[in-house]
Amino acid sequence: MYRTHEVLQTLLQFLQHSAIATGIREGETLFPWIECVHVLALTLVIGSIAIVDLRLLGLGSRDRSVLQTTALALPVTWSAFVVAAITGGLLFSSNATSYAYNSFFQAKMLLIALAGLNMAAYHLILGKGAADWHSAAQTPWRVRVAGGLSLCLWIAIAACGRWIGFTISTPT
Amino acid sequence: MAWVVPAVQTVHILAVAAVITSALMINLQLLGVGGRERAVASTTNRFVSYLWWSLPVLLATGVTLIIGEPARVLKSPVFLLKMGLLIAAVSVMLVCRTPLQGGKAFWDLNGRRRWAVRCIAAASLTLWVAIIFAGRWIAYVQDA
Repeated sequence: MYRTHEVLQTLLQFLQHSAIATGIREGETLFPWIECVHVLALTLVIGSIAIVDLRLLGLGSRDRSVLQTTALALPVTWSAFVVAAITGGLLFSSNATSYAYNSFFQAKMLLIALAGLNMAAYHLILGKGAADWHSAAQTPWRVRVAGGLSLCLWIAIAACGRWIGFTISTPT
Repeated sequence: MAWVVPAVQTVHILAVAAVITSALMINLQLLGVGGRERAVASTTNRFVSYLWWSLPVLLATGVTLIIGEPARVLKSPVFLLKMGLLIAAVSVMLVCRTPLQGGKAFWDLNGRRRWAVRCIAAASLTLWVAIIFAGRWIAYVQDA
């Protein structure tokens, strides 16, 4: 256990002292600009996933089929997620040793993993038969549960993200 | 009460998510990305209503944040820029909507109108992105 901690610490230090991380940390405007792109990307991730979740719950896009809704929203979700992950990684690297031990950062990563599992469960198991869900009334209850869970997880992820900014110790 | 500011900011960001995603969906349709299987007016209606309903939430949470930290917001020149951009973005939406009162197909009638609506869509999307960027910069630009 002690060994693992040391290896992790070394990796975080290595990341934090990389040229990119140092540039972001010491640059005047780099951090805010990356943060801007991160915020834009994450709002698109949450917004586009919410379109799908609200349809699964039977609360939004009620007159459209589930497949029409996912075809519209998921390309936005995935492209925005890639951008959010890259910009998030850059922000993390600039102060890796602090972020890694911030409870809200840890909670955020855990919740993203749970949201990913929920999405995988939908695509691999729960979502079989989606081609038949033309209107809101036809969506099975287990799928509605997955949609509601996803919506709650992403709201919590946004909250954790905001709380990181208030609890992180900035390097001087 | 240390939790109030991040909590209100979280609601603000979620409402921003609703606005920017709706704006993206509306403007992608207008730009003709992903096919134009329906008339402009009918495809945009759904997301236009999400967008309008999010604005009061943004206003309420935004005003709460100003009351909570008046100096942080009001002393930042970026805040004024953000409000200017917001007025511009809302104006573009209203202007785009007005001709539709006369008939739902207004923007689909001829090639010139289709071209005009694409320019409006690109401008609108740029404005909403600029508003988000300005929002984040309020925290960094404090000299007035």
